Amino acid sequence: MRQSFEKIKFLIGSAESLERMAEVPSKTPFDDEICEFLNSLSKALLTSPKNRMYPAVTAFGFFLRKGSIGLLKQRFLKAGEYRLGRGMSFHIAPSNVPVNFAYSLAAGLLAGNPNVVRVPSKEFPEIDLIAEAMRATLEAYEGLKNMISLVRYERDREINDDLSGLCANRIIWGGDSTIEEIRKSPLAPRAKEICFADRYSFAVIDTKAYLDMDPKRVAESFYNDTYLSDQNACSSPRVICWTGNEEAYAKKLFWDSLHEFLKQKFELQSVKAVDKLSSLCLVGASFPEAKPRFVAMQDNLITRVELKKLPMGLMQRLENSGFFFEYSFMDILELKTLCLDKRCQTIGYIGDKRMFMPLLASGIGGVDRIVPIGKTMDFDLYWDGYDLINELSRNISVS
Amino acid sequence: MTFDEAMECKPFSMDKVEKKAFLNDRLMELTKRHYRESKEYRDILDTLGFDIKSQIAYDELPFVPVRLFKELSLKSVPEEKIVKTMTSSGTTGQAVSRIYLDSRTAANQQKVMARIVSDFLGPERCPMIIIDCPSVTKNREMFSARGAGILGFSIFGQKRIYALNDEMELDFNGLSHFLDTYRGKKILLFGFTFMIWEHFYKKLLKRAEEGERLDLSNGVLIHGGGWKKLLSEAVSPLEFKERLNEVCGLNEVHDYYGMVEQTGCIYVECECGHLHSSIYSDVIARRPSDFSKCEYGEKGILQVISTIPESYPGHSLLTEDEGTVLGEDDCPCGRLGKYFSVSGRIKNAELRGCSDTYAAKF
Repeated sequence: MRQSFEKIKFLIGSAESLERMAEVPSKTPFDDEICEFLNSLSKALLTSPKNRMYPAVTAFGFFLRKGSIGLLKQRFLKAGEYRLGRGMSFHIAPSNVPVNFAYSLAAGLLAGNPNVVRVPSKEFPEIDLIAEAMRATLEAYEGLKNMISLVRYERDREINDDLSGLCANRIIWGGDSTIEEIRKSPLAPRAKEICFADRYSFAVIDTKAYLDMDPKRVAESFYNDTYLSDQNACSSPRVICWTGNEEAYAKKLFWDSLHEFLKQKFELQSVKAVDKLSSLCLVGASFPEAKPRFVAMQDNLITRVELKKLPMGLMQRLENSGFFFEYSFMDILELKTLCLDKRCQTIGYIGDKRMFMPLLASGIGGVDRIVPIGKTMDFDLYWDGYDLINELSRNISVS
Repeated sequence: MTFDEAMECKPFSMDKVEKKAFLNDRLMELTKRHYRESKEYRDILDTLGFDIKSQIAYDELPFVPVRLFKELSLKSVPEEKIVKTMTSSGTTGQAVSRIYLDSRTAANQQKVMARIVSDFLGPERCPMIIIDCPSVTKNREMFSARGAGILGFSIFGQKRIYALNDEMELDFNGLSHFLDTYRGKKILLFGFTFMIWEHFYKKLLKRAEEGERLDLSNGVLIHGGGWKKLLSEAVSPLEFKERLNEVCGLNEVHDYYGMVEQTGCIYVECECGHLHSSIYSDVIARRPSDFSKCEYGEKGILQVISTIPESYPGHSLLTEDEGTVLGEDDCPCGRLGKYFSVSGRIKNAELRGCSDTYAAKF
C-alpha cells in the first residue's frame, strides 16, 4: 500500500479500497443502482431531524430526490449514445463551501465513476452529517462501497501526487491558487482535468418586480446567496445593479430587510470589519473616476459602496463578508464591463430574465449562468459552462 | 495650544479636558492638510463620505486601516521634500508599509520619542546595550522598523554596544567588559521582545548554568515588538520579567507599544504595568460590530492617533490589534493621559510588527 495513504483520514472508505479504486469498473451514466442509492441517501438526509438545522444539507437531500434525479436524467442522458464513466475521479472540494464536495461526488457517481473526494480540512457539521448518512445508506449497497471514498488530509504534495497518478478525472474546485498547487502533481497521460477557477458574480434587481415581492423572503434568499458562505463563493453577488422606478425606496427596503435578517443569523468576525474598511478605502483610492461613496448603515454587517460608473478592474480584488457595490442603470448594456471578463460567472436577478438577451448578444467573455436571486448557490450538472456528465464520461462509438 | 507649544510641554502633563481641546484642533488641522495635499487620501475621505468642512471632535474624525500603507504610497509632500522612507519589517513576499518622512516630521518623531523615554529614564544619557546585531541599522536609506527603533533609542545611549554579532551570537565577553567599565552607572538596554528572549535570555541562562553571570541590576530594559511569538512559547509578560531578573538581576523592565506608521509616539509601560499615551498621541478601543467607542475596560480594536505626521496621512489609524483602554488621568503611577493594555493581533489578521518577522523565519 502507498505510504502516503497512511496520512489520510477516511470519512468513508479505506486505504485498501482507495488503492484498488482505479481498477473498479465504471458504470453507465444514471446507472439504476446509483440512482437508487442517491434516492435512498436523499430519504436519509431529509428524514433525519438532526439535519433540519442545516439548510445546505436538506438542499442536497432535495437535489437527490427521485423526481429531481429523474429530471436530470431526461436532460443529460442523450439518446443514441453509449457512454461509460471515464474511471476513478479525484475531486478536490473548495474549502469555503461545506457541501460542495457532496455535489461534486454526486456528479461523479451519476456520470458512472468511482470517486475519491477530498473534503475541506476545516470541520463543518454539514460534512459530518452527510458522511454519516452516506455511510449508513451504503450498508444496503454493498456493490457501490468501492466507488466512494471521502478523505481528509492537510495540504500534502505526496498524497496529491499519488491520487493524481491514479485517477482518470481530476476535478479541482477552490480557485486559482488551489489549481496552481494541485497542478504540480502530474496526471496520467489519458487523464482529464476540470478546473473551477476564481470567478465573480453580480446581481440585477428590477425595482418594479422587487416591490411586488415579500421583502423578508427576498432577504432570506439573498442571504443564502451571499452571507451563508460569507459571500465567498464564486456565485455570490458582489455588485448589485438596480434598475426601475422608486429606486431609493426599494434599496432602503432591500437593505433594511436584509439587515433585520442578518442580526439574527450572521456574526461578523472582527478582522472582517477591518478588512472591509480597508477595501472601502482602497476602492476609493483606486477608482476615483467611479466616484465610490460609502452608504452608512447602523453597523458593519453590510458594507455598501455606490458607484457612478463600473470601472474595468473593479473585480480584481474581491472582498467578502458583506461588501457590496451598487450601481444604477437605465440600459442593460451598461453592465457589459462586468461581463466582458471570463471570470464573470453568475448573474442573479429579480425581474424579467429576457432583459439580459441584448447583453448576452453583445459579445461578452464571461457569464455562464443567469438564475433568480436565491438560486445562485443551486447546483446543476451544468456548471461553469461544463456539462459534467459529458465531461466525466466517454462516448463509445458503435457502428 | 498649538502643536509647537505642546512640544515644549512635559509628555504626561495634560489632563483630559486640556488634551481633548489640543487634539481637536491638531487632528482637524492634520486631516485638512492631508485632504488638501494627498490625492489618494482625499479620494478615500470622499469615499467614506466625510465632509471636510465639518467641525467635529478628534475621536469622530475618519480613521484608515494601517494596512493601507502597504498597498498605497500615501504622502502629503512633494517627492523632493522626502528625506527618509521607513518600512515595516516584512518577510520576503509579504507586503511592507512605506512611510514617507519630510525633515520636520522626522525631527518631531525623534523629539517626541526623546521626551517620552526621558520621562521613564531620566534626563541623563547612559551607557546603552542594544540587544540586536549591528547589521540591522546599516542600510540608512531603507529603514526597517527594527533598525528605526534601534536608531531612535540610540540617542539615549552615551556609549553603545551591540549584544549580538551579525551571526546573532551573544558577545558575552564584550558585555562583561562594558559593564566593568561602567560599574555603578545606570545602564539602558533596548531590544525586541522575541530577540531578547531567544538570543539574550536563553544564552545568559546557559552561561549562568556554567557559573558565569552578567550583573544588570543597574539596568533599565525597554523592549517592544509584540508578544505573539513568546506567547506561543507560553512566556507571559510577568514570567519574562521574572526570568530576566533571575538570570542577570535586571529590576526595571518596560514594554512598549508602537508601530512604524506612527514612529515617535510610543506607548511605554509604567511601573503599574500599563501602557500610557502621551499628550502627542491617543488611543481609542472600537467595537468591531460598528466601530463605536468601547467603554473603559471593554476590549476592542485599537485606533491610534498621533499628532506628529505632517508628510503622510498617518495621524488617525485603525490597527489590527485588540486591546483595552483601562482609564484616563488616574493611573496610580501619576502620569496623566489614557492608559491601556494590548491583548494581541486580531485573530487571522496578516502578520505585522517588528520582531515578528524574524520570528516567522525562525
